[in-house]
Parts: sequence; structure tokens; C-alpha cells
Amino acid sequence: MSEITRDDVQHLAGLARIALTDDEVTSLTSELSAIVDAIATVSEIAGPDVPATSHPVPLSNVMRDDVVGETLSAEQIFAGAPSHDGERFRVSAILGEEQ
Amino acid sequence: MEQAQSGDLTRLAGHELAALLRSGEVSSVEATQAHLDRIAEVDGDVHAFLHVNEAALEQARAIDERRAAGEELHELAGAPVAIKDVLCTVGMPSTAGSRILEGWIPPYDATVVARLGHAGLVALGKTNMDEFAMGSSTEHSAYGPTRNPWDLERIPGGSGGGSAAAVAAFEAPFALGSDTGGSIRQPAAVTGTVGMKPTYGGVSRYGAIALASSLDQVGPVTRTVLDSALIHDVIGGHDPLDSTSLEREWPSFAAAAREGASRGDLAGVRVGVVKELDSEGIAADVQARFQETVRVLTDAGAEVVEVSCPSFAYSVAAYYLILPAEASSNLARFDSVRFGLRVEQAGQTVEDVMAATREVGFGTEVKRRIILGTYALSAGYYDAYYGSAQKVRTLIQRDFDAAFEQADILISPAAPTTAFKLSEKLDDPLAMYVNDITTIPANLAGIPGMGLPMGLGDDGLPVGLQLLAPMFEDERLYRAGAAIEALLAQRWGGILATKAPELAGGAR
Repeated sequence: MSEITRDDVQHLAGLARIALTDDEVTSLTSELSAIVDAIATVSEIAGPDVPATSHPVPLSNVMRDDVVGETLSAEQIFAGAPSHDGERFRVSAILGEEQ
Repeated sequence: MEQAQSGDLTRLAGHELAALLRSGEVSSVEATQAHLDRIAEVDGDVHAFLHVNEAALEQARAIDERRAAGEELHELAGAPVAIKDVLCTVGMPSTAGSRILEGWIPPYDATVVARLGHAGLVALGKTNMDEFAMGSSTEHSAYGPTRNPWDLERIPGGSGGGSAAAVAAFEAPFALGSDTGGSIRQPAAVTGTVGMKPTYGGVSRYGAIALASSLDQVGPVTRTVLDSALIHDVIGGHDPLDSTSLEREWPSFAAAAREGASRGDLAGVRVGVVKELDSEGIAADVQARFQETVRVLTDAGAEVVEVSCPSFAYSVAAYYLILPAEASSNLARFDSVRFGLRVEQAGQTVEDVMAATREVGFGTEVKRRIILGTYALSAGYYDAYYGSAQKVRTLIQRDFDAAFEQADILISPAAPTTAFKLSEKLDDPLAMYVNDITTIPANLAGIPGMGLPMGLGDDGLPVGLQLLAPMFEDERLYRAGAAIEALLAQRWGGILATKAPELAGGAR
């Protein structure tokens, strides 16, 4: 199957929002290549006539009545937040300068 | 069951301790204190717990007062229980073994935790685990490994090594685990204890920090089959807060376990040996114990047949595509905004802060799997990897369907080897992944599975048996599991868990 390069790992880490050190990129590049070689075997038996299973017990459209239930207070929700102003989560700038 | 020495409440099976609590011979405060003392004595060596509940004695006292006032309580009320750190607990940190959730105290209880509380069980604390349940050895915990009480140089299995070790080291009679690819059954196998992965949807996942949502299932970890059944009866059943929770009436699993144990034989039970799980890759001593167990079942009247599940050869590959794919999505919630760690420098955008936080907060295995999952889901690879893995899942379900036409339950070794040494497989992720071959098929198919002891390997360490039943037939596992446990206990003169060597710190 396909060889995974350092650039691939860096691109994937960017998509996954994980900063990596150079050493981590190096080790992940070789580990992921070996892992992907091993798991790519799934395509050997996955014929076009086999349906996919996403979920072991098929259930669909599990709904409840549209009524207000018990909810957490803002205080409870913000208790675990790194930063907040009592009404909203506080974060640093959403947009960088180039945007 | 082995008779406890006087005053040693920690050696009792959970149901035996609960009987003493009901009769008033022992108070919940005494039972809880005995286990807290045991934790203080041995957990420095074992490191099963990440957090010990400071309110445990207070909660035990409240149960004692309610009992003294004549209130009708649940049959397990007042008994202590250990809780895997993947489960949200109000008043106790819930970290899932990760630095990114260090010190985080959830605003709500997992449904299973709330149900234990309503039944009056007393939480002893939170048990160690591989970070976000990614691992088979508990070495991937950000807070250091748990050690196997049978040999402190060995792994206790994973990801729920903390719960299994706590129960095996007599630090708790009951514990909760979660099983995504074997994280309840494999630790049970290597610590000489019992663990049950229920049918998918049988136990609520609400408040269980998600690893792979189509695979995760919460279940009991104990030293006896009946004890697992008792806990399953408490935590199981429909939960409107979990949209994958099954709306069905479940039978009493404790009744099934009691019936299985008292019947004393397996007459008429069709037992299928899965050919593909009894082959190369299984250590010779594990195979030997397995063959002996098959003979015990045959002598007890079981009709043993061989069944073939050819797609199982692809189960590890399918699992290590589906799990990372789901995990990469589930773990996106750890974004430094709403809970947990934030690593930030002035002038950074929120995106930079997220990447820096996840760099520091996640361990190596978590990063590896998130990036693998991101790869498996990326355009161009999706059909070949994730799509194919989902098809393998269908084929594995079909294999099980065919096997269960020939057999009522299936059996296999629960793990390919006895507990390996700490660090032995830490630098070889593939070797660690392949170790899950015996347990993964049940998660992919959603069926129930149980791990229970079947003897000792050449190294004197526990070897586990796995029982599997069709979807919704958890009851069969308790009935057969309790019968097998009773048959083996007759040969051994007591259950295996009581044969563990005494821990150095635990001299009595």
C-alpha cells in the first residue's frame, strides 16, 4: 500500500490539531508505515457485495420528546473550564493575522 | 468459596461481604475501612488507584444509618466498589489516565456510577488505565503503570489494569471497567479475576469518556462470576441518556449465575471451540490449560464442537482502523476550550493553543492513534481502509452467526499469553495490538464476552478463558461461567484469585 512520509505525518497532525516535535514526526512516520501495512489487509476480503456495518446493534432515529429536561447550571459547566467569564468560554484570538 | 479468616473482610467475595452487611454482622464503615486500609498497605506497590475517595467513609456511614433506621436497601448496599477512571464521577477527578484531564472534576455522574450510588455501593476511588483506554498493559497511563499483583514486574493487562489489579489485590471486591477491544476481559485473564463485557447497548455509556463509540461497553470486574452478575444487574438496562442503549427487559444475571453454580454440570450445553483462536500465536502453556478446560467441560456433560470463523484473521486489522477513526473524532473534544488542560502563550490563535495543548496533554499512543485515524478517514483512503474495515465487521458478524448455529456458547483463551513484563512490548505498538486478537471479534460484532480464570501458566501466572454468547444472551455467560468456575474451584480447592502470592506490603 502507500508509503507514509514525514510530510504526510505533519499534514495529518495539522488536521488533528496536534503539534509534534521533529523526533515525534520521525518515529510516527516509521510506526505508521508499519501499522498501515499490517492493517491494509482488510481490503483483501472486503468484496463489493459485502455491506458495511457501522454499528453492532442497528438503531435509527432514537428521539425523545421535545421537552426541557434537567440541565446543568452555567456554574457547573464552567467549573472545569480553563478560562471563562461566567457566561462564555474565554479563548484567545480565533483568527490569525494573515486571515 | 474460601472461608475468610476472622476479621479479614477484604478476602471475602463481594456477595459474601454483602451478606454480612445485610445481616448486620459487619457495618459498611467496617467494610469500607478494611478496604481503605488494604489500599494504604499495598497500593504503593500495585498502583491500581489514581484517586482514593475521601468521602468513602462518610458515604458508608450514611448507608449504615439508613440500615439502622430500618430502611429496605439494595442487596449490595454498603459494599465498596472501585471505578475505572474513564467514568465520570461528581466529586472525584476523572482523567481517563490522561494529562489533558488532570484534576478535572465532571459536573455529572456516569449513569453506571449513579446506579451504583442509588444501590448504596460505596465508591473507593478511581482506578488506573491506559490513557483514554488505548492500550493492553496500563503502561500508557500518564500517571505511571499499574503492576500485576501476582508479579509486580508484570503488566496487569489493559486498558483496565487498575480495576483488575484492585480486585486481584483484594483492594476492592467489585470494580467497573470498560471494554473496547478487550479492556475488561484481558486484564481479568492476566490477573486471575472475572470480567464481563456486556452486549453492546446493554449498559449505558452515558458519562463514559468515549474511545470508540461503536465498540465501547462498560462492565463489571470482580473475583467471582456471581459478583459480576450482581453488578451487571445494578448497572444494566435502558438509559434514555444514551441513544445506543437497548430498550429491552434483561433477566436477572445473578439468578443465572446462582443457577449455573448450583447445577454443577453443563449437560446439554453445546460449546464451540473457535479454531482460529486456538492456534499459532497462543502460548503453549495457555493452549495446555485450554485443552484441560475443554476436557473438564466435556466431563461435565458439555457437547464440544469445533467451529470456524475465517474472517477473524482480519479482525485486528479492522479494529485498528475503526478504533483510531472513531477515536480521532471523539478526542477532538479535548480542545482546550471547555475542560481540561490549556497550554497557551501570548499572541497565539485558538488553533495554535489547541495544537500546543494536545501536544503536551496527549501521550505517545494517543497521538499515534489519532493520527492513524485521521489518515484512515482522509479523502482517497476512506474506502480502502475505513470502508473495508466496516465490511470486515459484517463478515465477522456472519462468522459468529454461523458459529452460534452449532453452539450455545463459544470458548477460547482470553489472552494469548500470561502477563508479559513491564516495558516488554512498549516500543513495539504492533506487537501490543496483535495481543488483542482473542478479544477484538466480540467488540466488532457487539456480542457479550466474559473472561474468567482457567489455571496457571508455566510461570505460575494466571491464564484466562473467554466465553462468548450471541447478542442479548449475556445470561448464558453467567450460567455457564458460574458452572465452569464451580467445576474448576472443586479441582483447585477454591477460586484462583485466592491463590495469588501475598504481596510484600500485605503481610498479615
